[in-house]
Amino acid sequence: MKKQYKSATDIQGPLVLVEVKEPIKYQELVEIESNGVMQHGNVLEVDGNKVLIQLFEGSSGINLGDAKFHFVGHGLQLGVSPNLLGRIFNGQGAPIDGAPPIVTDSYLDINGNPINPYARDYPSEFIQTGISTIDGLNTLVRGQKLPIFSGSGLPHNELAAQIAKQSKVLGDEEKFAVVFGAMGITFEESQFFIDSFQDSGALERSVLFLNLANDPAIERIATPRMTLTAAEYLAFEMDMHVLVILTDMTNYCEALREISSARKEVPGRRGYPGYLYTDLSSLYERAGRIKNKNGSITMFPILTMPEDDKTHPIPDLTGYITEGQIILSRSLHKKGIYPPVDVQPSLSRLRDKGIGEGKTREDHADLANQLFAAYARGLEARELTVILGEEALSEEDHLFFDFAEQFEHKFIHQGKGSNRSIEETLNIGWKLISMLPKPFLKRISDKYIEKYYRQSNK
Amino acid sequence: MAEGKIVKVSGPLVVAEQMSGARMNDVVRVGEKNLIGEIIELHGSLAYIQVYEETAGIGPAEPVVSLNQPLSVILGPGLIGSIYDGIQRPLNTLRDKFGDFITRGATAPRLDHNKKWRFIPKVKNGQNISAGDILAEVPESEVITHKILLPPHIKNGKVISVKPEGEYTIMETIAEVETANGNSGITMVQEWPVRMPRHFKNRLSPDKPLITGQRVIDTFFPLAKGGTACVPGPFGSGKTVVQHQIAKWADADVIVYIGCGERGNEMTDVLQEFPKLIDPHTGKPLMERTILIANTSNMPVAAREASIYTGITIAEYYRDMGYDVAVMADSTSRWAEALREMGGRLEEMPGEEGYPAYLGSRLAEFYERAGKVTCLGSGNREGSISIIGAVSPPGGDLSDPVVQATLRVVKVFWSLDDRLAYERHFPAINWLTSYSLYDTALSKYLEDEIGRKAVNEKNLAIKLLEEEDELKEIVRLVGLESLSANQQLILRTARSLREDFLHQNAFHKDDSYTSLKKQFSLLKIILHFHKEAKEALKKGADLDDIAKLLVLEEIAAAKYLSPDKLDKYDDLIEEISKQLSELLTNKGTEIPEKE
Repeated sequence: MKKQYKSATDIQGPLVLVEVKEPIKYQELVEIESNGVMQHGNVLEVDGNKVLIQLFEGSSGINLGDAKFHFVGHGLQLGVSPNLLGRIFNGQGAPIDGAPPIVTDSYLDINGNPINPYARDYPSEFIQTGISTIDGLNTLVRGQKLPIFSGSGLPHNELAAQIAKQSKVLGDEEKFAVVFGAMGITFEESQFFIDSFQDSGALERSVLFLNLANDPAIERIATPRMTLTAAEYLAFEMDMHVLVILTDMTNYCEALREISSARKEVPGRRGYPGYLYTDLSSLYERAGRIKNKNGSITMFPILTMPEDDKTHPIPDLTGYITEGQIILSRSLHKKGIYPPVDVQPSLSRLRDKGIGEGKTREDHADLANQLFAAYARGLEARELTVILGEEALSEEDHLFFDFAEQFEHKFIHQGKGSNRSIEETLNIGWKLISMLPKPFLKRISDKYIEKYYRQSNK
Repeated sequence: MAEGKIVKVSGPLVVAEQMSGARMNDVVRVGEKNLIGEIIELHGSLAYIQVYEETAGIGPAEPVVSLNQPLSVILGPGLIGSIYDGIQRPLNTLRDKFGDFITRGATAPRLDHNKKWRFIPKVKNGQNISAGDILAEVPESEVITHKILLPPHIKNGKVISVKPEGEYTIMETIAEVETANGNSGITMVQEWPVRMPRHFKNRLSPDKPLITGQRVIDTFFPLAKGGTACVPGPFGSGKTVVQHQIAKWADADVIVYIGCGERGNEMTDVLQEFPKLIDPHTGKPLMERTILIANTSNMPVAAREASIYTGITIAEYYRDMGYDVAVMADSTSRWAEALREMGGRLEEMPGEEGYPAYLGSRLAEFYERAGKVTCLGSGNREGSISIIGAVSPPGGDLSDPVVQATLRVVKVFWSLDDRLAYERHFPAINWLTSYSLYDTALSKYLEDEIGRKAVNEKNLAIKLLEEEDELKEIVRLVGLESLSANQQLILRTARSLREDFLHQNAFHKDDSYTSLKKQFSLLKIILHFHKEAKEALKKGADLDDIAKLLVLEEIAAAKYLSPDKLDKYDDLIEEISKQLSELLTNKGTEIPEKE
C-alpha cells in the first residue's frame, strides 16, 4: 500500500503538481480527498519526485495543504461482467441509475491494447440500416467505423438513433448490443437516446456512459475509453455484435485541448495538441473484427463540425482515421429532406467488400457508381442555372438537372422512421437512373442494363 | 554496457540517469516490462529515450539497460511474405505467442530460426570475393530467389569452405571466408542499422518506367524505376487505393508496403487479398513478392517514426541483390507527426505548424535512399528502389509543411482531388495540376515500346484536357451555345478522355490493370475519333449527329475489353472512320470548305 501525500505544490486549471517520496508510475490512477469530497485523477508525467496529475473533476476547492493524494497502483479500470447490459454509468464508470453496483468478473485497463493488424478480420458483412443513402451508396459493414459529420441544429441524433434501431444483418439473428458514450451533450439529447432505446426495446441490451454538459469536462477524456472497454468486453469475450455510438467527439477534443494548453504544450492547428491524430486513432481503431471471434465492434462517432467546416482539425483528422464518413448537409435539411445526407462527400471505404452478389445484389456497385456520377453532373448543371437560368441548359444537361431534383426527393428523402429494404433502395435507384438514356450509363455493365433498366418493378 | 535508472516519464519519452557510456541511437530496454527504446539525446549522464511501446505503468527507479547497438534490422531469407511492426517484430508470430492484442515487451525472433532453406552455393573454395558478391542462392518464394551476399563489412576475402547444396537454417554457418582480420564464418543473415543507407557502387539515372497499369499514371505522369513520387490528398480522395493499386500491379520485383500510422483494416485488406491476387507479370500470387510493415495509427507513435527506416532498409537489401523494389509509404504525414510529437516532448523549438525544423532534411534523406544503382560486388548488377509516399495534408491544404518539403525532393506529383472523388472518378488524380519530371527521361523508352507517335498523342490528350478547362469557364459564364462546333467537340472529346480513358475501375477484372500497349491503343482510338470528327465537322456534318453515333458506345466499352483482344482496337479504328464517312454520305450535303 502506497502512502498518502498532502504535498501538492502547484495547482493550475485541472492540473496538480505533487511531490512524492516513492516511485509513481506513469498513467497511475490517483484518488484525491479534499474537504471530505473524493475525486479521481491520473498521472500525466513523472519527473523525479514530482508528479503531474490531471484531475477529472477540476481543481476548484482543492487546497495545497489539505488535499490528500492516494496513488492506487494501477491505471483507470473498468469492472466488467455480463451484468453491464441494461445499466447506466457516469463518465468515470460509476453507476448512476440507482441500482446497486455491479458484481464484476474482472477489471480491465480502459486504455486497452492495440489489436494486432495480423489478428484482424476484414469487415465484409453488409448491415442494412434501412436508409437508402447509407445502404445504397455508402454501405455500412460489420466492424466498420463510420462517423457522422454534422453541424449544430442538424438531425444527427435522430439519424444515429434510427440507425441503432433499424440496423440488422440480413438473415441473421445473433447477439446484439448497443454501447453508448456521451461526452458533454445536454440532458435532453441524452434523454432522447435513452427514450429511443427504450421504444425499440434495445435498452436492456445497452450500456450507457453519460458525461453530460454539466459534468466535469476533463472526465470526458476517460468516457470514450470506458465505453470502448465495455464494447471490447462484450464483443470479444461475450461474442456479441456491438454497435458503439460516441457523441459528441468535438467535446472530447476540446477537453483534450484544455489539458494540452494547461500543460503549455506546443499547439498544433487551432490550438489542438499535435498528438490529436494519435489520440483519436487510439479510440477509433478499437472498432473492428478479430479472426476466429464471433463478436464485432461497429462504431458511429458523431461530431459537430464547427461552422460546418470539414477542414476543421476534428473532422479532418477523424476522416483520416475512420473508414469513410456520412456528412449531413444544411441546405438539404432546409429543403425538408430527411435524412439530409450530403451524398457527394459522404463515403464508405468498405462498401465494395460488403456488396454484390450474395451480399446485397449483383448490380449494386455499378448502380451506385452511376448514381454518384449522374448526381454530380446534375449538380454541375444546377450550378449553371444559378448564373444563366434554366434555358441555358443543353438538352443533355436538362436531363441530368431533372435527375438531380428527383434523386434528392425520391432517393435521399425518405422521411423519419422509414425503413427501406436494400431491394427497395436499389429499385428506387433504377427507377431514377432510367430517366437517363442508355448511352449515358457508362458505369453500368450491359448485362445489368438489360435486366433492370426501365423495368417496372412491382 | 550502460545500466541506469528512470527519472522521468512523459508519454513515449523516458529520461534515465547514470547512463554514461551509452551511445547516441543505441537501443535500450526500459523498465521492468523490458520495453524497447532508442537513445535520442544525451546530457551528461542523462539519456533521453524514445520508447517504441506504450509507457503507461512505467515509473522512476525502474532499470534501463543499453544493448550497445543501434536500431537494426535482421536481413535474410524469410522476409518475403512477412508482416512486421515498425521495429521489425513479426506480427504473425506475436499473435501466435501473445494473442490478438499487442502486449508490451513482447519479443519474437524476426526471422524463423528453424525453417530449412534450400541452399545453392555459387562460389568455390579458394575463390577471391569482395563485399556484395553473391555467395549462394536460396529460393525464397515462388518468384524471388534470395541471393546471399558477402556482408559489406568484409571488403575482400577468399572462400575457405562453403557448404554443399542442401537444406540449412539461417543460423548455420554456410561458408568460411579468410579476411585480413582472420577467418570469418558467414550465415545467411546480416544485421544492418536502419538509419544508415546500405552501400552501393554508384548511382545511375533512371531510364525505365515503373509500369503500374494505371492509365493516368503510366500515360500521363509516369514514374521511373528508381524514382520518387508523392500522392497528397485530403481524406477520401483515394490515396490508399492508389497505393494499393500500385502495390498490386507495378512491375517491380519486390514490394515493400509500409503502413505508417494508418488504418489497421487496410493492412488486413492487403494481407487477405494479396495471397489470392495473381501478379500479371509472373503469374504467381502477389504475396510472393510483398513485405508488409504495419505500424497502424493506434500502435506506439515512436515505432511509427522507425517504421519507414525499417522498410527502406529491407528494400535496399533486395536492391543489393539486383532487384527492382518499389516502396509504398502510407503515410509520410503520420511519420512527420511522430517527429513532431517527439520534438514537442523534447521541448525543441518548433518550426512551421509545430513540426521540428529538421523535417525537410529528414524527408529529403529518406527519399534520397531511392534510386537506381550499380550494386556492390562483381558483375555490375543493377537494382533500383522507387518510393511512392502518400501525404495527408490537413484539410487537403497543399501549403502544409510536409507537402511542401516533400515536393522539393520528389520528381512526380500525383495530386489527388476530392472533387473528382465526389464524382467517383477514380483514380482521382487531377490531370491539370499533377506532373512528372521523368517525362523526357522516359520518352525514348516510350518510342521504342509503343511507337514514335506515342509522345505526341499523349501531349495532344493533355492539351485537349487543358482546353476543356478553359472552355468550361466560358460555358459557366455565357452558356454552351456561345461555343463553336469545334469547341463543343473539344468538350466532348475531353469528356471521353476523362470517362473512357482516365477513369479506371479498380474493382473490374479487366480494367484494374491496363498494359502500356492497351493504354496507348485506347488513347489512339479516342484521338482518332476526335480527328475524324473534326474533319467531318469541316465537311458540314452536324455535331448532334456525330454525338449519336453508335461507335461511341463501343469506344466507351473499349477499356473493359480483355487484354488478349488487343486486335479489336484496330477494328474499332476502322469502324470509327466508317461510321463518320457514312454520316457524311447519308447527309449528302457536302458544303464547300470555307477558307
